[in-house]
Amino acid sequence: MCLGIPGEIVEILPDQPDLAKVDVSGVRRNINIGLITDDDPQPGDWILIHVGFALSKIDEAEAKAAMDFLEGIGQAYADEIEALMESRIE
Amino acid sequence: MAERPLTSEPAGRSADWAEAAVREHAHVEMASREEQVLERIERARRARPRLREENITLSHGAGGKATQTLIEAVFLDAFRNPLLEPLDDGAHFTVDGASMVFTTDSYVVSPLFFPGGDIGDLAVNGTVNDLAVSGAEPLHLSAGFILEEGFPVADLKRIVGSMRAAAQAAGVRIVTGDTKVVQRGKADGCYINTAGVGVVRRTLGGDVRPGDAVLVSGPIGEHGVTVMLARGELDIESDVTSDTAPLNGLVATLLDACGDGVRRMRDATRGGVATILNEVATDAGVAVVVEEDAFPVRPDVRGACELLGIDPLYVACEGRMVAIVSGDVADEALSALRAHPLGAGAAVVGRIKDDPPGLVLLKTAFGGTRIVDLLVGDPLPRIC
Amino acid sequence: MRYVDEYRDADKARALAASIASLCEPGRQYKFMEVCGGHTHTIYKHGLEDYLPENVTLVHGPGCPVCVIPMGRVDDTIHIAEQPDVIMTSFGDMMRVPGGRGSFFDSKAAGADIRMVYSPLDALKIARQNPDKKVVFMAIGFETTAPSTAMTVLRAKAEGLTNFSIFCNHVTIIPAIKAILDSPDLRLDGFIGPGHVSTVIGCRPYDFIAREYGKPLVVAGFEPLDILRSVHMLLQQLAEGRSEVENQYGRVVPWDGNLKALKVINETMELRPYFEWRGLGFISHSALRVRDAYAAFDAERIFEIPGSRVADPKACQCGEVLKGVLKPWECKVFGTACTPETPIGTCMVSSEGACAAYYNFGRFTRERVREATRG
Repeated sequence: MCLGIPGEIVEILPDQPDLAKVDVSGVRRNINIGLITDDDPQPGDWILIHVGFALSKIDEAEAKAAMDFLEGIGQAYADEIEALMESRIE
Repeated sequence: MAERPLTSEPAGRSADWAEAAVREHAHVEMASREEQVLERIERARRARPRLREENITLSHGAGGKATQTLIEAVFLDAFRNPLLEPLDDGAHFTVDGASMVFTTDSYVVSPLFFPGGDIGDLAVNGTVNDLAVSGAEPLHLSAGFILEEGFPVADLKRIVGSMRAAAQAAGVRIVTGDTKVVQRGKADGCYINTAGVGVVRRTLGGDVRPGDAVLVSGPIGEHGVTVMLARGELDIESDVTSDTAPLNGLVATLLDACGDGVRRMRDATRGGVATILNEVATDAGVAVVVEEDAFPVRPDVRGACELLGIDPLYVACEGRMVAIVSGDVADEALSALRAHPLGAGAAVVGRIKDDPPGLVLLKTAFGGTRIVDLLVGDPLPRIC
Repeated sequence: MRYVDEYRDADKARALAASIASLCEPGRQYKFMEVCGGHTHTIYKHGLEDYLPENVTLVHGPGCPVCVIPMGRVDDTIHIAEQPDVIMTSFGDMMRVPGGRGSFFDSKAAGADIRMVYSPLDALKIARQNPDKKVVFMAIGFETTAPSTAMTVLRAKAEGLTNFSIFCNHVTIIPAIKAILDSPDLRLDGFIGPGHVSTVIGCRPYDFIAREYGKPLVVAGFEPLDILRSVHMLLQQLAEGRSEVENQYGRVVPWDGNLKALKVINETMELRPYFEWRGLGFISHSALRVRDAYAAFDAERIFEIPGSRVADPKACQCGEVLKGVLKPWECKVFGTACTPETPIGTCMVSSEGACAAYYNFGRFTRERVREATRG
């Protein structure tokens, strides 16, 4: 139920209904994109793969926002981390 | 089809096998704290394994817990003798003062031909490697063939050609053999058994002890992923090839550089590196502490494993070894391995500690820690 | 690996952990339930609990679709597999789950044709390649997986296949969460919400949890930083006295879910009046079955299902573990009668079951492990 892996669409297969070739870290598999046709998937898009189907298109803006937050929190707490780690987590 | 009633009346029957298992352990006192429970588990694990199944299942052949239980409960139990007891890669004995090692392996891989090699390569390299990591110079191999009626002679010639080339590369000779043919439908085309004998030129440097370093000779999981993908059922394309290779040259290089600083070597086959690390931990009663980041893994092997939900640590290799060396020669060991073509991707992955004994601990790339236990059977692709 | 590696960054984890610690009220205990088995797996695999302060406890929930399959349904599947000319197909997760008479693996060893597949489309391929066999796909999973099964049934119909059917064991997540909320034994402060189920159903279905039960819920991704960030967001809500549904996994989860996916589920399947969940008993409107219009693809109508009901062994406490009432090591048979090699309950055999995760990954007191891995 939970295992979903991000992969990049390499090619929409011209003669196969709803199929796209997707790349995951150099490994390729045909994935059924029938569930996300409303999002107009194109080569270069990243999708979430689950049991051979694309469930969702990865939103790059959201991903960037999530990363920005994490970078920000890293900077803000850079010095306090050491002190807090010693006193609380260990 | 009638739907079920809302009230949960007691079900018609219960699982007898489960009730029996619970009764068997009923005498164990209840533990209330986590520490006590963990000790209870360790005691249960140290007890003699019992074979519960009435029929052999595929798990028994995977190299994990089920295989171990089968070996101890059936084979060791029946054949018990001092040479067999260590259950090592090969049996060590002396004949008129000469120290010898004797080993055997069977090859049932499907498909027979895959990117990077075929069953013939595995058959020669596998046995050569068992001898090499035991510290022996591999000398002579036997090759027994079980062939399926209807199997193409051209395929057989191809396999045998691979074996000749592999034997030549390893510096061994196939000196005796056997052939059987079974009816169509059995033997998946071709099964091969090889046995090998070698002579020990150098003894290894004693028991594994705290402070020793743990090395792997190259990227892991390539063979297992190659074969899984080559079966074609998963519809995954990739460029991964099997890592099948004879390791006797690499072993000699390591022994030349580090002498008796080399404690033990094991070749990682089915069950992967994780199985070897567990065997080292249990045999020597030490803790093997490794870093996830340190294990070399090719990106496409990693991609395939992520896609299937499998951990590369458990995926079979056929041309990689784990070497435990004394801590003070770790650097020399690494350089020696890397200087050899088959060891180009070698890495130090961890250390031996004394506590907790018998366990393999992993520091995750993320910085947390977890245990790496033996799997029961093969790593199965998962959806969850 | 993109969209994976950056969410496993240790430096960011340390920063988050510090921030989490600062959000905790001293002396207060926090208990969050992570519903998804996938979250349980990540937490143990990456050693996430090492990053959380002592007063934050993560409790494992019933979001493991393998764990909640009653033994009787396993027996029913084996019964179908043993019929003449049947090829049964199943995800790897189910292969070792013990029923009343053994697992799929045991049944395979005894001669049944049971094959592991990665996708329901693979089962369809087997059906095309074996026109003289009846191919059955054992469909499990929450709403995450149901759309894939639905699409496969639609393809089978479009291709005019007459030898393909599904044995439908899809379950729905909301009734499971509701059962937890209504459970008297449990006092939770919030939920780490299902990630991939939400790509299908969206985030709105969880509103009632925040509104009526006053518990915050954060829809979370499956990488370690996703989970830490979600804990952070929950603590932030509690600190600010809010109780809302938030989406941490925005890069994958759309707030409104996947309408097409919901449509295909609805086209081919409908809710059963009741379904038995292992450990949770009968829950109404909690599972799916094939609609009449697709009866030709419904294994329950093609084959005579015995409808086996097997009582869980009395000592099995999977139900309490699934509800988060018991930690794995608190189960009386954990580690002795019930081990990964000899599992009694599904929590031990499923790769994302809490007991299996704990036994395989976390089975050691944290101090000893940290001592050993230091230096």
